Amino acid sequence: MTIKPKIGVVSCSGECCSLGTISRIATRKVLEDLKPRETVTICLPLFLAGDAGERNFARKFPTVAVDGCYKLCTKKAIEKYSAKIASTINVEALLDEWELEPPVSRRELTMKDMEVVARIAQEISHHIDLLEDGFDD
Amino acid sequence: MSEKSILIIPCSGIGKPFGTISRDATFRVVDDLRKGKTETDCLSLLVTGDEEAIKKIQLSRCIAVDGCSLECARKNIEIAGGKIAAHFRVMDFLRENRSLKPRQITILDDDGTTLSKILAKKIAEKVDELGDLQF
Repeated sequence: MTIKPKIGVVSCSGECCSLGTISRIATRKVLEDLKPRETVTICLPLFLAGDAGERNFARKFPTVAVDGCYKLCTKKAIEKYSAKIASTINVEALLDEWELEPPVSRRELTMKDMEVVARIAQEISHHIDLLEDGFDD
Repeated sequence: MSEKSILIIPCSGIGKPFGTISRDATFRVVDDLRKGKTETDCLSLLVTGDEEAIKKIQLSRCIAVDGCSLECARKNIEIAGGKIAAHFRVMDFLRENRSLKPRQITILDDDGTTLSKILAKKIAEKVDELGDLQF
């Protein structure tokens, strides 16, 4: 029997705009609802404020970076302090592609916003499935 | 925002409810209670070493709002060369309000929301104090 490694899912949680809120809540949905047994996370600021243990995260777990915008802070931070990421999600690019507007509020999401969150969470989940399929090869 | 404005930076913690509370309280202050007098920025920009974000931190009076004892917001601000004008920790407010038991991380439950409102009020009071001081 092959033991598959857990997949890391790390969100930017960017506070500048609602895209960070979407990235964060979609990430939490994956961790709590869609892939609770297969995934782990870490607070992004720990890559700089933490120690070697935290910086080892992406070496230990193939990691999906979930970024709110084109600045791609999660991807950059993980690759700067830990290791190359396994996959990346850019929420802003996906909303552009789907022709959807970001939420108005960064604190309170509407039902419609939560539908967008669910769609992003499915996208993250799909990336995880692809990574897990790769373990079988 | 002027160069002497007050910048409130929450911790972005995602593993416990405290990070969600720190973000929620910060947004309550920046978007409502002290709108126009305060601003926030992405902590993740400091982690990546974004030059514009670092300059902004260095020119502002910073309030760090940390969820837990690891104090990522305070540490990242200090690493970026910013000065901490005030520091709040959600854990301290939890100790002062032991009847509250926030459990939800994704979307705050009632206790988490109550704690966020208490924290936001304290941050807003600190903003007023700092506003009266010379920079």
